[in-house]
Amino acid sequence: MLSVFNNWLKIAALEVQEYVRLLNALMRAGVSRPFYYHDAVEQLEVIGVGSLTVVLLTGFFTGAVLALQSGQTLDQFGARPFVGRLVSASMVKELGPVLTALMLAGRVGSGIAAELGSMVVTDQINALRALGTDPVRKLVLPRVLAGLVMAPILTVIADFVGMMGGGVIAVTQLQVGWSVYRTSILDGLYLQDAWMGIIKPFVLGFVIVTIGCHVGLRTSGGTQGVGRSTTQAVVAASVAVLAVDFFLTRLLFSVLY
Amino acid sequence: MASVIPDERAVTRDEALGPGSPVVVFDKVSLSFDEKVILKSVSFTLIKGHTKIILGGSGAGKSTILKLILGLWKPDGGVIWVNGERVDQMSELDLMKVRADLGMVFQEGALFDSLTVRENVGYKLYEETDQPLEEVHRRVEEVLGFIGLAEHIDKMPSELSGGQRRRVAIARAMAAKPQILLYDEPTTGLDPITATTVDDEIIKLRDLENATSIVVTHQLRDAFYMATHAASRNNGRITIQPASAKKCDEAEFIMLCDGLVVFEGNAEELRHADDKYLKTFLS
Repeated sequence: MLSVFNNWLKIAALEVQEYVRLLNALMRAGVSRPFYYHDAVEQLEVIGVGSLTVVLLTGFFTGAVLALQSGQTLDQFGARPFVGRLVSASMVKELGPVLTALMLAGRVGSGIAAELGSMVVTDQINALRALGTDPVRKLVLPRVLAGLVMAPILTVIADFVGMMGGGVIAVTQLQVGWSVYRTSILDGLYLQDAWMGIIKPFVLGFVIVTIGCHVGLRTSGGTQGVGRSTTQAVVAASVAVLAVDFFLTRLLFSVLY
Repeated sequence: MASVIPDERAVTRDEALGPGSPVVVFDKVSLSFDEKVILKSVSFTLIKGHTKIILGGSGAGKSTILKLILGLWKPDGGVIWVNGERVDQMSELDLMKVRADLGMVFQEGALFDSLTVRENVGYKLYEETDQPLEEVHRRVEEVLGFIGLAEHIDKMPSELSGGQRRRVAIARAMAAKPQILLYDEPTTGLDPITATTVDDEIIKLRDLENATSIVVTHQLRDAFYMATHAASRNNGRITIQPASAKKCDEAEFIMLCDGLVVFEGNAEELRHADDKYLKTFLS
């Protein structure tokens, strides 16, 4: 039993060590040449535009169900007109960043792990190195930059669409006027909330993409290994999103409020 | 000299760096992964313009030698010189400079499956040099013409046959005109006729482009074919014919067994070796 625990500990320590090494290489790559511009632009499209549909759907339905659920509860206090305030605060501070990040973990994290994993098992990563290309610069840095840029943008879109979804429900199901809902949304938001809603996805985007890259580049064991890496990337990134979100929320509360 | 290689062998720094010197030197190189020993004190020298053919069974450590030369893996012990640079302790950044003079053909080709044949072959020139695009296009077309695949330039790797993929991999390795070409099982899994076309490309590169080659294989037919044939160009026409005795001597065989070099010599010496393992391998 003890040896199993020891083995697990060793593997975990090795993974952390390799992840830190990747981050170190990433930092060095970020401040020196060459920089592969067209790969970065391509990744902005793959990660950003490619994730738009899923983020729009997630945001809309989350906002809608939030309005539906909270409408009933608020009714008990005669506070139905405040539904917009609740939807906006929840979406901007918490649900928008976290759900967008979870969607990205499922779509982008798994995609990156599968793509890089396939390249590892077919020797394409070694071929890159043999051709004088640093895989971190060519493959990891453009994806991380795209994650850093697109996660906040997608989150803002999800927030907006979520509030629209909540508005549709507020107007059609809860009989709250559109102008009342809109005023309630604006009343419920503070500048600090907006900062929190932007900072969180920035960090979460970084976490998702770096975990996907790390897991993908550590793939071994042929096509089976690629499948394993894809699953690991989604699981690890999803858990990391929730854990990082908790600690980040505590930190931002103490700094911003 | 055909013989079972003695354990002790010293290569001095002067020998490795001097003019007309060996381009690859392994000096007592060892490597193991956990309990599994891959290489035990492996030493050999490759002279410029010569060909080293590394034979051995599966898991004998043949491909490992190529990865060590490229600096993709680091040895546990021993010294590796490539083009006068000691690569066994070199950083990844410095290794990039050494790799500029190396071309590698991976097992199964390892072509970038999201890039076309043109982009694969010209990858190094497009991405890692400042050469004008026109020049790069010209070089890519020249190289693909040399290996007879010019008409496939805009295809994706998935549209090519196994043999064509290997030949594109050879074209990619030679596009930047490296001094040393490394081939990892270039003909494994190919039918004999296709394998011969790949062998011919390796011979042409060696004899017409003066590339020093290391070929890792367990295909004896291909190994002996490469060692005993030469390419020449007459009035622009390239022909492959049996090589002279001097040329045959420039192709040296190494046999690996259990992480050790158990034979080093030319094709003729290998054919007449008395060692029991060699006889079994050759039979």
